[in-house]
Amino acid sequence: MRIPCPFCGLRDGVEFSYQGDANRTRPDPVSVDQTVWNDHVFNRVNTRGVHREFWLHNHGCRAHLVVERNTVTHEIVSVALARQFVLERKP
Amino acid sequence: MAEYSAWQLLKHAFTGNTGWKEAWRKPEPKPAYEVVIVGGGGHGLSTAYYLAKEFGIRNVAVVDKGVLGQGNVGRNTQAIRSNYLLPENQHFYELSMDLWEGLSQELNYNVMFSQRGVLNIAHHPAQLDQFARRGNAMRLNGIDAELYTRADVARALPGIDMSPTARFPIHGGFMQKSAGVARHDAVAWGYARAADRLGVDLIENAEVLEFIKDGDRVAGVRTTRGEIRASKVAVAVAGSTSEVMRRAGIDRLPIESHVLQAFVTESLKPVIHTVATYGGGHLYFSQTDKGSILFGGDIDGYNSWAQRGNLPVVEDVMAEMVTLFPGLARVRLLRSWGGIMDMSMDGSPIITAGPLPGMYLNTGWCYGGFKAIPGSGLCFAHTIAKDEPHRLSAPFTLDRFQRAYAIDDKGQGPTPKWH
Ligand SMILES: Cc1cc2nc3c(=O)[nH]c(=O)nc-3n(C[C@H](O)[C@H](O)[C@H](O)COP(=O)(O)OP(=O)(O)OC[C@H]3O[C@@H](n4cnc5c(N)ncnc54)[C@H](O)[C@@H]3O)c2cc1C
Ligand SMILES: [Zn+2]
Repeated sequence: MRIPCPFCGLRDGVEFSYQGDANRTRPDPVSVDQTVWNDHVFNRVNTRGVHREFWLHNHGCRAHLVVERNTVTHEIVSVALARQFVLERKP
Repeated sequence: MAEYSAWQLLKHAFTGNTGWKEAWRKPEPKPAYEVVIVGGGGHGLSTAYYLAKEFGIRNVAVVDKGVLGQGNVGRNTQAIRSNYLLPENQHFYELSMDLWEGLSQELNYNVMFSQRGVLNIAHHPAQLDQFARRGNAMRLNGIDAELYTRADVARALPGIDMSPTARFPIHGGFMQKSAGVARHDAVAWGYARAADRLGVDLIENAEVLEFIKDGDRVAGVRTTRGEIRASKVAVAVAGSTSEVMRRAGIDRLPIESHVLQAFVTESLKPVIHTVATYGGGHLYFSQTDKGSILFGGDIDGYNSWAQRGNLPVVEDVMAEMVTLFPGLARVRLLRSWGGIMDMSMDGSPIITAGPLPGMYLNTGWCYGGFKAIPGSGLCFAHTIAKDEPHRLSAPFTLDRFQRAYAIDDKGQGPTPKWH
């Protein structure tokens, strides 16, 4: 598997480390709602197909990325900077 | 019944091996059963067997999308142990150890259970201290554990690199002598045949596409071989859990699917006499009765629904094997394969009633569910029959995550790739 890093170009997958599901949004930090927090910490959609996930280019430019990858074929559909992804997601 | 006795082998040899009977019937699905179990892997089949045997519920069907035993039950590295730190895990896995010891007799099927021991190798003093702590915790709960010196490790594993210049020199180890291996296929086939003999219908090539509901209540399954109704529907589909549960409308579970690979070499004379693990990385290995070295390491490290792995882990596992056994460097690899693992958020399994009325769920085996097949089947059957958990599986219900009561033996936190 190779991931096209926006800064470094197409790089071998071993340069990156997987940081999990990027669809999760952290609950409001002042919230004390146990149900909401436990759901955030423990539950996952676990998509079979195109999955949006965080990767860190830790043996390269060290950028945090959001990658859309097919979990059946490992085809990379899109790569964005995590910062850009998060800013665009917020209203 | 001595179906596979020496006499039968001889008799069939003289009649051209044409007279063997199928080990289980191939019934047409009936319109309704008391219990339908989705998934004909180790856990589905053992559950069916104990429902019939221990709880007298024989109007049971097991439906599988393929033929029996082609999932993880036929893909694992066969290690059986109960060397856990936390009491919940110790008691639960020890139940299976007890059942393994009598399983070949119980099923009248040779599962080739072999208590050759599981040895965890320590490579630095802190690791050995940790093993001592785990071993003491086990002994407090009546499970055998021994601390091994360097000399003990060298004796148990001739050929291992004991030199002080090794990449991670060996300091000692931690042995559970009652642990071992069993033949994985035989476990699936043995439970299947025994369940069939008690009246359970094993329905192969029937993929569950949807769940039938009566209001809120799950009332059966719609399969590629038609509709099957049931008062109780139990799901035991291991790596496919999230997809199958989505078909019942459950979209979020404390499960991620990851791929784990395994490898076998060509046959060698006996060189490895126990199951053992490498503490300088992540590697476990044993030698099969045929002589192949059977081994594996880490999961690939990212969510995967592909039943095959990628090369970086292959390279990593080979490097670790050769670090420990430089003498095996030129042994040829015969095969490698992958299986999709139901990785739970705390590394421990889930055996539960729910999450919908009329439904029961068995999942979260990570890569240690083979050893639990007997005990899990008994506990899950108990849960289904009595609508309350078995004493030993009570800590493992799904609602522990709503209570943030994680049973995290390694203390890794809710990150499946580390369990
Ligand atoms: C490479 C590898 C090494 C392992 N090593 C070990 C080890 O050393 N020790 C150990 O204890 N454990 C080990 N494990 C883990 C162990 O194999 C699993 O935890 C265990 O087998 C999972 O339970 P099962 O046998 O019921 O699963 P499976 O055999 O996978 O059964 C699930 C069944 O569900 C069926 N199914 C899926 N979807 C549907 C559907 N829609 N409709 C109908 N049926 C469906 C599948 O066809 C499959 O037969 C290993 C696993 C792998 C892959
Ligand atoms: Zn980069």
